[in-house]
Amino acid sequence: MADNVDFRSFADWIQSGASVLDLGCGDGELIGYLSKEKDVRAQGIELDEHAIIRCVSEGLSVFQQDIDTGLSEYADNSFDYVILNQTLQQVKKPDFALQEALRVGKKVIVGIPNFAHYKARTSIFFRGRVPVTVSLPYQWYDTPNLHFLSLNDFKDYCKKKGVTIERVFYKTDNRRVKFLPNLLAEYGYFLVSKTKS
Amino acid sequence: MHALTGDAHAAGEGGWWSNLIGEGKAIDTNKYFVICSNILGGCKGSTGPSSINPKTGKPYGIDFPIITIGDIVNAQRNLIDHLGIDKLLAVVGGSMGGMQVLQWMVAYPKRIRSAIPIATTMKHTPQQIAFNEVGRQAIMADPDWHSGNYYDKGIPAKGLAIARMIGHITYMSDVSMAEKFGRKFRSDRAPFKFGADFEVEGYLHNRGDNFVRRFDANSYLYITKAIDYFNILNGHSLGDIFRGLRAKVLVLAFKSDWLYPTYQSQEIVKACKLSGVDASYCEVNSTYGHDAFLLEIEQESHLISNFLRSVTTGNGNKGA
Repeated sequence: MADNVDFRSFADWIQSGASVLDLGCGDGELIGYLSKEKDVRAQGIELDEHAIIRCVSEGLSVFQQDIDTGLSEYADNSFDYVILNQTLQQVKKPDFALQEALRVGKKVIVGIPNFAHYKARTSIFFRGRVPVTVSLPYQWYDTPNLHFLSLNDFKDYCKKKGVTIERVFYKTDNRRVKFLPNLLAEYGYFLVSKTKS
Repeated sequence: MHALTGDAHAAGEGGWWSNLIGEGKAIDTNKYFVICSNILGGCKGSTGPSSINPKTGKPYGIDFPIITIGDIVNAQRNLIDHLGIDKLLAVVGGSMGGMQVLQWMVAYPKRIRSAIPIATTMKHTPQQIAFNEVGRQAIMADPDWHSGNYYDKGIPAKGLAIARMIGHITYMSDVSMAEKFGRKFRSDRAPFKFGADFEVEGYLHNRGDNFVRRFDANSYLYITKAIDYFNILNGHSLGDIFRGLRAKVLVLAFKSDWLYPTYQSQEIVKACKLSGVDASYCEVNSTYGHDAFLLEIEQESHLISNFLRSVTTGNGNKGA
């Protein structure tokens, strides 16, 4: 969707004609967009059978596979970009998934919902309830999210694991957030790479 | 491309894939020109062991030369040469039909624009060979087989029927059998004498008896051997086998298929990925077992019709 500011940011980050692997590609909306806008050579990996049917109908290359079992069939650096958009918090082993993404991709784009958004904070602090917000729309009993992290948690992780954050982008209500992102942004997007030693 | 006991009669009344091929169906005969030929070694029109050997004026029997999936596909390529077709829009098939699809991808990659191997494998495992061998032994143990020279006598009906019964067990799943038969008894059950008491037994007998009327026992031997010997890798590595293939590939497998388990399709997918082939893979939810490629039509139709449309229109990306 061209009106998605995050999609437009990804398009800015990604070079034309690059190779892209989208982990948890859903309906293939993003790789479809990037194929059209940036002429990328894209593959998607997805678990949901119905999402796969929609990808196939768009002519996208998609594989039904569980990211938690790894990406062993892909060689190191076989993609220019690997995307984990709204996926990392849903896999069983996010650390393993991200390390695999960093192995297979020269650069990795990570998009996560921010658990420390002020609406989530007030829900817990004042209402004593687990937050149900725009970026975290699920009830506790039916959420696909297995891990809850804030934008700062992700940055801490990168620092600890030697992952370089090259570009960032934060948004709320489809608008860019620049001020106090860990409090005011519903989503964060990071372009990361292995720190060169 | 048809499976072990299929034939050229794929579409229309009584066709083995009539729910998938036809006007307005996934393989839409209003849009596409569909070709399905009998395989070499079969008994429905093309040359096989029941054909007359011109040297002797009698059926070949087991004097018929050994055939491979490669030979079968070569015959198909001769057919499209004869028809003046330079490039096929798609080669599609399940089970042994899927092996022929893989063979096309490797032997004649420039003659196809896309390929859909379904519920198939790059090579048989010992378990798959073992099931085929029990079927072959059942035929050859039948005294009516006469070392393959039965054409002027009676056919080895008992042996061929048992081979078919074994086959049918492997085509279904535990769940599909339970749903279809349960432990129900047959209504015309005779007093206990080791007859067909349960519904499932009656079904298998019935399938076996019908099969011997339409299929040649020697063809069964030759074709199952061709399947067992098939190994698309043939010394090549997984990463090299599809290198240079420009066709788009859709690999389909079915979750309850224990005869051709999904990991075998995943191997095909892995080979596609390693070779940089533009491919997609879907594991369709189904309880039908291996038979799902003939029966689980709704999802299969969606995938195939959408895929063919994207191939026809050149929609989508270039693949990575």
